[in-house]
Amino acid sequence: MRQLHLLLLVIILCAVGLGLAIYKVTTLGLPLTTSEKAEVWNVEARISFRAKPETSVKVSLPLLFNPSGYTILDEDFVAANYGLAIEQDDNGRTALWAKRRAEGKQLLFYRAIIYKDTEKTTDSVKAPIYPPIPDYPENFRPIIQGLLDKARQQSADTVSFAQQVIKQLNAVSPAPELKLLLEHINNSRNLAKGVNWILAGARIPTRIIQGLRLEDGKLYSELESWIQVYDGKQWRTLNIKDGKEGLPSNFILWQIGDQKTFSVDGGSEVSLQFSVAKTLRELVDIAESRAALKGSHLMEFSLYSLPVQSQNVYKILLMVPLGAFVVVLMRNLIGIKTFGTFMPVLIALALRETELAWGLLLFCLIVGLGLLLRAYVDRLKLLLIPRLASVLTMVVLLMASISVIMHKLGLEMGLSVALFPMVIMTMTIERMSLTWDEAGPAEAFKQGAGSLLVATIGYLVMNIDALQHLIFVFPELLLVVLAAILLFGRYSGYRLTELWRFRALAKR
Amino acid sequence: MFKVLLNLKRAGVVGINRRNADYILRYNERSLYPLVDDKLRTKRLAITAGIAVPELYGVIEIEHDIGHLPNIVNGHKDFVVKPAHGSGGNGIYVIIGQINNRYQHNNGSLLREEDLEYHISNILSGMYSLGGQPDHALIEYRVKFDPIFESISYRGVPDIRTVVFRGIPVASMVRLPTRMSDGKANLHQGAVGAGIDLATGLTTNAVWQNHPVEQHPDTGANIGNFKIPHWDKLLTLASQCYELVGLGYLGVDVVLDRELGPLVLELNARPGLSIQIANGKGMQKRLEYIDQLAEIPASAQERASFAQNLCLQL
Repeated sequence: MRQLHLLLLVIILCAVGLGLAIYKVTTLGLPLTTSEKAEVWNVEARISFRAKPETSVKVSLPLLFNPSGYTILDEDFVAANYGLAIEQDDNGRTALWAKRRAEGKQLLFYRAIIYKDTEKTTDSVKAPIYPPIPDYPENFRPIIQGLLDKARQQSADTVSFAQQVIKQLNAVSPAPELKLLLEHINNSRNLAKGVNWILAGARIPTRIIQGLRLEDGKLYSELESWIQVYDGKQWRTLNIKDGKEGLPSNFILWQIGDQKTFSVDGGSEVSLQFSVAKTLRELVDIAESRAALKGSHLMEFSLYSLPVQSQNVYKILLMVPLGAFVVVLMRNLIGIKTFGTFMPVLIALALRETELAWGLLLFCLIVGLGLLLRAYVDRLKLLLIPRLASVLTMVVLLMASISVIMHKLGLEMGLSVALFPMVIMTMTIERMSLTWDEAGPAEAFKQGAGSLLVATIGYLVMNIDALQHLIFVFPELLLVVLAAILLFGRYSGYRLTELWRFRALAKR
Repeated sequence: MFKVLLNLKRAGVVGINRRNADYILRYNERSLYPLVDDKLRTKRLAITAGIAVPELYGVIEIEHDIGHLPNIVNGHKDFVVKPAHGSGGNGIYVIIGQINNRYQHNNGSLLREEDLEYHISNILSGMYSLGGQPDHALIEYRVKFDPIFESISYRGVPDIRTVVFRGIPVASMVRLPTRMSDGKANLHQGAVGAGIDLATGLTTNAVWQNHPVEQHPDTGANIGNFKIPHWDKLLTLASQCYELVGLGYLGVDVVLDRELGPLVLELNARPGLSIQIANGKGMQKRLEYIDQLAEIPASAQERASFAQNLCLQL
């Protein structure tokens, strides 16, 4: 019954710990190893214009809206003394800046930090309404009709039909009858609109999408237009220059449709420029921002929400249970004797600051000198507490003098001696000297060496960077450590040293 | 190494982890520990229950009372000073006589009044107690051990340790002080441990410093096949201690006084496992057998003979 209870508890702890960690890895994208960085893109829209005197200024700019394949981690708006409102509906978002009076050159920025998402979001496609045939001007009507008829002959379905139309419009030497039409449609922006307009003549649902290519260091980029054709099931994207299907992989969709447009009221010399730059960011930061966007409160209560200084403290503290686990293994499985149960863990923590070899050396130095002084104090026949206090005082003085002497010798490691837990050192000296008196120097050295061995192993385990990162990012893994410790709480097998101790009995 | 492990398992050797997890944690209630950790309480309980213990001359509880020492020991030429919470025989001074106003320590030195008072003061300050808690000093009757042990012990009093599980003796050994153990009867301090056959009360084999020995290292006398006097009485006495403190897994230390017979010296809630080495035999099988008993005999005498029968089988 008790075993079953323990087993269930262990299973629950493991499940909760691992489950949370797996959730954080898969859903929030927290990195399993240290210093994993991911590419993020800084996309900036820069609006500049000269304000017309004595008029109020109104600027509207379509914003990034749920770009598929990307997540907006952060965005900000920079505009001096402008009122800002953001309008959002099904077709997208628009930023509206307004100012009653403005003078001279005006600069407005919209900046978004976006991150390429591994998970694909497939938008549910709503069947669009089939457009009515536009009321073409009298002189264009036969031309467009001819164009559409020719395309229909050379195509099999909606998409290839649209491709044919685009090809004809973009031909190097266009058919002479199209010249008038092409003059009407003269630049890229209008080309998309023109294709849209012409395809409506065949009652094909189309829409224009605009977006940016993410290329690092591109300072003056503009929104590119693509046309999407509905083939009865989904939207297919076509290049308006050559009719090829598909978007480039680094394309980020800025807006769908042309209901929302960039406009500046009350300004002249208007320009809108986009710039794109790639930077690296810690995956943890990204995961944090994404969790906030997804409305997950898990990251809000993570250790990353603490001030950096406390974070650093917890980076160390969270490793203590692992040190304790090492002690459990060493004592209950191996059977190494130590002074005090968790003294080795505290020594291991101090070793982190002093480096291993120096730490062990300094530890031996202080304990050795402390034992000598303790032996002297012993002759004075002092009562227990005053004796402990006097040894503590001497330990502090020893530590101070070691620091000063080593500093003078130019050995900076001597300064870190102050990080040794002095009360623990005092108790170690006291226990070691009692063991020395009661069980002889051999036993005292055996336990001393055992303590240092466990401290060293604890230090080595607690200092594994990958482990440190793992525990800090996924503190719930400590539940798994707890489960392992609980399991060892019911371990009733032999200790390794007992095989040696009882060897005489094994021979029979 | 794996072979050693299998052999140990086959020999039924109990390891520390098993002792703690399966016996001490399950059968020894924490609240009962003070009864055995405080020798004064054990002694008082034993006296009420009519179990023979060395006579208590007096207790010194506070620093100020140390002055009463001469009154306490008045009329007793020899006595023992021990900490109430001591362990492993530490802090015990055996005074074997008084000459010229000095106390004769059994290690041969002469102690002045103030030397002994300083020692008692150390005891009171918790020098020998677990965790350094303030302690009391007991002053009691010095056991005059049965002369039959003369040949196989070197200074100090041999004692007989019996592990009692659910009131039934499981294993027993006699611990013989040596020069190395400084008169103390603790195996890891260098005493010789000799296993005792529960059925006959005869010593079987002996270990010293984890090695099998046949002769006492200091006296050279043979240790094996030595008949422990008052054996049945001693075993019953050990069984009785179960009712006394209620601990399921208990170590009972008994000394044999030449006039008073077996006296309970102290009880232990976490008896060591060296007794298995001294006996050359693991305790696991007997412990498991007793663990599965639905009912254990009510009287201590029945339990003692139950143990004697059991040891013939397992």
